Amino acid sequence: MTGLLTILILLGITIAIWQMVKIFDLAQANKDTSQIANDKDNSVHGYLMLAFLGFIYLITIISFALWGDLPLVSNSASEHGPEIDRLMIISMVVIFIVQTITQFLLHYFAFKYKGEKGRKALFYADNDKLEFIWTIIPVITLAGLIMYGLFTWNDIMNIDEEEDPIVVELYAQQFNWKARYAGEDNVLGKANVRLINLDNANILGLDESDPNAQDDIITTELHLPVGKPILFKMRSQDVLHSAYMPHFRAQMNCVPGMITQFAFTPTVTTEEMRLNPEIYEKVRNINKIRNENSKKLQAKGEEPLDRYEFDYLLLCNKICGKSHYNMQMKIIVETEEEYNAWLQEQKIFKNSLVQN
Amino acid sequence: MSAHVDTHTHDDDHGHHHKETFVTKYIFSQDHKMIAKQYLITGLIMGIIGILMSLLMRMQIAWPEKPNVIFEALLGKWAPGGVMDADIYLALVTIHGTIMVFFVLTAGLSGTFSNLLIPLQIGARDMASGFLNMISYWLFFLSSVIMVISLFVEAGPAAAGWTIYPPLSALPLAQGGSGAGMTLWLVSMAIFIASSLLGSLNYIVTVLNLRTKGMSMTRLPLTIWAFFITAVIGVVSFPVLLSAALLLIMDRSFGTSFFLSDIFIQGEVLHYQGGSPVLFEHLFWFLGHPEVYIVLLPALGITSEVIATNARKPIFGYRAMVASIIAIAFLSTIVWGHHMFISGMNPFLGSVFTFTTLLIAIPSAVKAFNYITTLWKGNLQLNPAMLFSIGLVSTFITGGLTGIILGDSALDINVHDTYFVVAHFHLVMGISALYGLFAGVYHWFPKMFGRMLNKNLGYIHFWVTAVCAYGVFFPMHFIGMAGLPRRYYTNSNFPLFDDTQNVQVLITIFALVAGLVQLVFLYNFIHSMFYGKKAEQNPWRSNTLEWTTPVEHMHGNWPGDIPHVHRWAYDYSKPGHDEDFVPQHIPLKDGEEELQH
Repeated sequence: MTGLLTILILLGITIAIWQMVKIFDLAQANKDTSQIANDKDNSVHGYLMLAFLGFIYLITIISFALWGDLPLVSNSASEHGPEIDRLMIISMVVIFIVQTITQFLLHYFAFKYKGEKGRKALFYADNDKLEFIWTIIPVITLAGLIMYGLFTWNDIMNIDEEEDPIVVELYAQQFNWKARYAGEDNVLGKANVRLINLDNANILGLDESDPNAQDDIITTELHLPVGKPILFKMRSQDVLHSAYMPHFRAQMNCVPGMITQFAFTPTVTTEEMRLNPEIYEKVRNINKIRNENSKKLQAKGEEPLDRYEFDYLLLCNKICGKSHYNMQMKIIVETEEEYNAWLQEQKIFKNSLVQN
Repeated sequence: MSAHVDTHTHDDDHGHHHKETFVTKYIFSQDHKMIAKQYLITGLIMGIIGILMSLLMRMQIAWPEKPNVIFEALLGKWAPGGVMDADIYLALVTIHGTIMVFFVLTAGLSGTFSNLLIPLQIGARDMASGFLNMISYWLFFLSSVIMVISLFVEAGPAAAGWTIYPPLSALPLAQGGSGAGMTLWLVSMAIFIASSLLGSLNYIVTVLNLRTKGMSMTRLPLTIWAFFITAVIGVVSFPVLLSAALLLIMDRSFGTSFFLSDIFIQGEVLHYQGGSPVLFEHLFWFLGHPEVYIVLLPALGITSEVIATNARKPIFGYRAMVASIIAIAFLSTIVWGHHMFISGMNPFLGSVFTFTTLLIAIPSAVKAFNYITTLWKGNLQLNPAMLFSIGLVSTFITGGLTGIILGDSALDINVHDTYFVVAHFHLVMGISALYGLFAGVYHWFPKMFGRMLNKNLGYIHFWVTAVCAYGVFFPMHFIGMAGLPRRYYTNSNFPLFDDTQNVQVLITIFALVAGLVQLVFLYNFIHSMFYGKKAEQNPWRSNTLEWTTPVEHMHGNWPGDIPHVHRWAYDYSKPGHDEDFVPQHIPLKDGEEELQH
């Protein structure tokens, strides 16, 4: 019943707008009927073009002022992060300059050369020199950006095995993450989803006869030691997922039937990050918003929201089904001692199996 | 067929020698002008559905988990108690993308204006094959109907994103929408591709073979160049998507493993072995990226024509414009990998695709600069079509520039699949192409329907839309750079993003206003079709041949002989002429030189 009513109301609104437009339309029927822009239109819309330029600048300034702290270009927590951030900022400066100038020229010309009856435009069809200039300027700018980008990309993607990275598997399934540590031998045991055996709790399909698998450790939280290179091996058991760790400027898809990889070195522990003044301020702000929302919830007799505390996160960033929006895992970066202590507490694969 | 049409002497009594019934005139018409109108109206109806879906999504993101009577009314069982279901949100994402990209901005834009303008602007009686042209429209209509039907299947419409990556799209176990909904999606798209190929082949043959005397390739208006090259891209890349769709159908229904391997889902191991989802991504984006230009180039072609006509000035750098269309078309087929930097493909390929992708910025920049120079020292007639064209250049620049970030593999790691991408492609191809569509409708409405659109309603339509387009998509870059992934049904499970929620609300408000103001356009369109002011033969004082045909449509377009062409399409404000335009069929004066272009 409410459904029908809502449709009727929406229909009503549509008809109301329709009628208003019709009245507007009829009101001008007696004026200029040519429907082709005259000098007055040119003048009005020339000035509006100028105003629109102002609007573009204004929305740029407002956006930077209100939302310009951009978590993705500051406070990165990995070794390669600052490199990406620098490239990002350079690109943004280039974009900002080009945007400001070209939008000015476009809208200013639209205003300056608004038509007048009897005036003739300049017959100006070609200028090879000009065209050469504005071909070559983007070429040079882009060449610079491409070079910088490619060096950064190669740095990130070429994994130096000699650094002896800690190997961690990220395992994705609808709709949660698991981590698998390689254990003492730092070699991940062989695995395939065909070996999954829910009866004895072999949930990731490890090869139970593989000696390398015996000391593997499966967890639902990702702990990383600060300052150590980590090599992630990604696997998915069902559909595509993407392991997105924005604070570390890291992302890689998890593809069923294939192992993908990504490596980085975390540089800031969770504790240190929480004390970072900018992050501290951001968290305080978020808690203010949550408090407001909690009040509204409590007024309705519902549970208030939890207090937010900063944590690194692993998010799923490839559409993967119904609960895609809630597929996350907490990442904790800690000192090596804390990390080792935590690892000691976890069950190794051999001991985690349920004997029937 | 063409020879047959050409030999007719088209006298005023032309209409009498074929018996025209209602069915042959309005439904199974083989006349390119009627087919163009059919494409436009079908495209607009699909557009209304697509835009409505985006508004539902925006309301869900801004006010998640709140009962909303509109959801309850429009989504029925998918919004029990008015709370939107997470599955249907993904279905809206999917169908909105599919409808807008393929049904509105490919068929609705390219189908409408290629059909209308190719014969009229090159001086041909009709398309090379009117029959194929009719089939092309009806296949498009059929695929639209199937797509709409797919919204009503029991387990829900396709919901794997418009990119339908397997395994999600292949396994009904993974998602309700991957059952019958996905089957219908694939059938609909396969038919759509057939329609698109028939149309494209027809456009290519017509442009190459049926140009009137004197209409050399270098005298073609830029609209025709754009439609022609667009058709070529379509013929090159659409079959690849068709093959991907067919292989996916095989995987889904006949047990093959092209794209699937080693899958454990809902407690069982599936038999698939040896396939790779990454292969599908390659095949998909081999069309998917050129598709961006299939959408955009016709809009740029329309803009070139509208800007030159209304600036009363030749388009600046005709040769460079043609060269950049061709360069964009070529490059568009070798950049697809920039959608896959983090798909798990070899990082070296990422380097290659970064290089080719940033190259494409060069011809794009040339086009933008040439448009701006065309305005310089013009005598701008700010008609609604002109405003939409200027608006297109503006959003094309704003949206295109952020491509420098996304095309750079190192930076893409971080903003891939966030709202930053959503903002980028909506501005550079969504809004820009939509503006191109509107510019085309405002400019050629008199040619299509013999009546004028109301200009003041057009002005309201433009300014509100323009402000809202920036209001929606400019702040969206910033929530993207806060790391917010797209395609999340709600962000409330991540306190990290709580401070972006007020931006989401602002964006939704702009989106709702933008949606409402399209009603003004709809009113103007429908009302003017029947009651608009009668159009003159050449209302915009334009040079191209379509304005030499009579206002009343007739088979064969010109009552007498087809006019011959003596000059390019851009002799606006040429010194030595009294008028500020010299149509293409006017012979050169004694001693007048044609511009060397």
